[in-house]
Amino acid sequence: MDKPFAITLNPGSSLANHTGSWRTSRPVYIDRLPPCNNACPAGENIQGWLFHAESGNYEKAWRSLVVNNPLPATMGRVCYHPCEGACNRGLMDATVGINSVERFLGDEAIKHGWKFDAPATKSGKRVLVVGSGPAGLAAAYHLACLGHHVVIREAAAIAGGMMRFGIPKYRLPRDVLEAEIARIVDLGVELHLNSRVDKLPEALKEGFDAVFLGVGAHIAKRAYIPAGDASKIMDAVSVLHDMEGEPDAMPLLGRRVVVYGGGNTAIDVARTAKRLGAEESIIVYRRTREKMPAHDFEVEEALQEGVMMKWLSTIKESGEDGLMVEKMALDENGFPQPTGEYETIAADSLVLALGQDVDLSLLENVPGLAIEGGNVKVDSTMMTGHPGIFAGGDMAGNDRTVTVAIGHGKKAARAIDAWLKGVAFVPPPKAEIATFERLNTWYYSDAPKTLRPVLDIIRRQSTFEEVLGGLDENNALFEARRCLSCGNCFECDNCYGVCPDNAVIKLGPGKRFEFNYDYCKGCGMCATECPCGAIKIVAEEI
Amino acid sequence: MSLQPVKFYQTGTFTVGNRLLAPEERSVQANMQRTNSLNSGHRACQGCGEALGARYAIDAAMNASNRQLIAANATGCLEVFSTPYPETSWQIPWIHSLFGNTAAVATGIAAAIKIKKQKGQGGDVRVVAQGGDGGTTDIGFGCLSGMFERNDDVLYICYDNGGYMNTGVQRSSATPPAARTATTMPLGPEPGNQFGQGKFLPAIAMAHEIPYVATATVADLRDLEYKVTHAMSIRGARYIHILVPCPLGWGTASHDTIRMARLAKETGIFPVFEAEYGVVKSALAIRRPLPVEEYLRPQKRYAHLFGKSPAVETIARIQALADKNIRKYGLQARKGA
Repeated sequence: MDKPFAITLNPGSSLANHTGSWRTSRPVYIDRLPPCNNACPAGENIQGWLFHAESGNYEKAWRSLVVNNPLPATMGRVCYHPCEGACNRGLMDATVGINSVERFLGDEAIKHGWKFDAPATKSGKRVLVVGSGPAGLAAAYHLACLGHHVVIREAAAIAGGMMRFGIPKYRLPRDVLEAEIARIVDLGVELHLNSRVDKLPEALKEGFDAVFLGVGAHIAKRAYIPAGDASKIMDAVSVLHDMEGEPDAMPLLGRRVVVYGGGNTAIDVARTAKRLGAEESIIVYRRTREKMPAHDFEVEEALQEGVMMKWLSTIKESGEDGLMVEKMALDENGFPQPTGEYETIAADSLVLALGQDVDLSLLENVPGLAIEGGNVKVDSTMMTGHPGIFAGGDMAGNDRTVTVAIGHGKKAARAIDAWLKGVAFVPPPKAEIATFERLNTWYYSDAPKTLRPVLDIIRRQSTFEEVLGGLDENNALFEARRCLSCGNCFECDNCYGVCPDNAVIKLGPGKRFEFNYDYCKGCGMCATECPCGAIKIVAEEI
Repeated sequence: MSLQPVKFYQTGTFTVGNRLLAPEERSVQANMQRTNSLNSGHRACQGCGEALGARYAIDAAMNASNRQLIAANATGCLEVFSTPYPETSWQIPWIHSLFGNTAAVATGIAAAIKIKKQKGQGGDVRVVAQGGDGGTTDIGFGCLSGMFERNDDVLYICYDNGGYMNTGVQRSSATPPAARTATTMPLGPEPGNQFGQGKFLPAIAMAHEIPYVATATVADLRDLEYKVTHAMSIRGARYIHILVPCPLGWGTASHDTIRMARLAKETGIFPVFEAEYGVVKSALAIRRPLPVEEYLRPQKRYAHLFGKSPAVETIARIQALADKNIRKYGLQARKGA
């Protein structure tokens, strides 16, 4: 005993006292599914790539983005961004401009010439992709990344499908599209143009292990309209298609153009007509603006450019004096009913934009293939009734957007890969959704949305220059940093700081955190103060 | 100038850390090498605001003093839960004083260091004294006032949880009006603690015209760290009063400790400001104004105000006190905060 007077014990540390035994519930780190990711038809990990963009690492952000979508510069222009509709930030101030950041990253990639990583190994399998639209390109890209040899056969003289022949230049400049297609071809994908597949059974004889069909929906729907000799009636698909030809083969629409239909294609044609010099470009639609399938922002842009809209009207006849139009009225169910009132509007040409059908002729004599409602029937893995033949895009669904097609291509590519390996494709399980209630929004700075510059009206009425501008680096960074990182740790150190028991271990940049359950008393402060809802409290098993 | 959150998206300085900030702009608590002055294994209740506030403050003081720091600690929760003989959670030189004399003990340490320095022994070691509101506003008030008026080179930190929580939640002179404690039961015509009694020690400290007086809460780490760091850059008597919610005494959920402190600040119940030589220099503005009811309702110590017939008049009196704070310290919400 050489201790001081009245001292009998050596000093000890409280670390001997394992206060974790007090706990009745424990915090666990989880990754919830952000609502943007959940809403994305292409299955992008939006929160994931924004995380890298927030720190200014645009190449890493882009590489994270293209894991799911090989066409970010294109999507950053033409996607209708359902992600932004789901964004939790919309409940605070305004949604994050995901689409504009995606476009910025896509443009950065083109500017700096970033390339896809070549696949590590080759599988030796050959896959035929029919059609080079968004579905076909996405499938080809994902299959190539998985090491398969891909051959794309495209009927047209130029690749892109509906992205080229359905979307006008002022929404998607062609150099952007071409740069992104070239990057996919650089992966070693064989692209054969002017190579229509007329009969699938014959094409299959060339030694392919699997097929992906993405031929789109290119046949314009018709409506019976009695027409005199003088009247000029065209369909929207061919008008937009001819826009891609030689300058002297541009469609001749005249000074007064009437477009019949209410979808996005009708809007595209009406705006194109305006740019071709039409004095009047009128959309005739049988229902009201609220019922229009076209996206509201496109309707708004068209109205700004001077496109006129005639609601609740059907076209009965095309004669010498113009078009005979019957007024409609909505019944109690919201369906348009004829009223018997007629009027005549002058028109040099009438363009029908009444929807499109799939050309199914190439599928004749393929055993097992089923057609449903004009589309190819596919199962949950995008496989048709014929084993080894998969389909996607406009021909395999009624939700016909570029984003959905890219999602189909990705899903089919993964299923094809599994099928080629002889295993069943099991999609990864979905995490629970990070709803707004999961967030502690106190911690986020107030930050209004950055608006993209819009081209002057007068130039929009006369040229095919891109209407919507992009963000520059400063405001793209700002916009990315508005992301709340819903449901996924973004290393704000809050849990590490607020624990009264030092029971959170910080593992270092990029490595997140760990709980020290020897000392965690289960107070739950970390979960309450986590801004993004990445900590869950679960009952302790007693 | 007290720390106002900077406009740095995505979380600015609201969160403990922010990977988007330069390392030198990050908080002490975000640092993997922070002192952890009050280490794991202490016996504080789940969600203890005082344990959190003490680590925040002392880690910042250690950082500001190059880890040359001695702390004197009054009897109270903080001492009892951290240092039951022979164990301690403190990872700094630390001495336990009596309940009432911690300011005097700190004065003595400061005097000893001064003499040692004069004799060329030892370096520049700084002194912190700390205690709860009972040990500070009631029992230790005489010693503290003496330390202030002599302008001894000590930073005194009071962790205010509004009562003697360790001995069973009795009233202190920092217990707010209408609050239930074991000695102010919700009975009679004016249930809970009396209006018009008690004291607000930061104002009394200011009346001593010492170099620095500040208030802070555990809900705003960056502000708290700034104030401790700033106080450590000054010589003479300094006083920081930190609001630390007590889940046990207040009757709140253990995970709501920081939320309660934030509500106290946002409703104006607890003014967060700093003063030099008796003059208020700056105050933290309210970011999202709220009525006091939002702060009172989650606390069981105010449950008697919200029964079948809510005590509207009492709530209005508490609101009037908050409104007075807002006017007096200029806490009105500002744009872009």
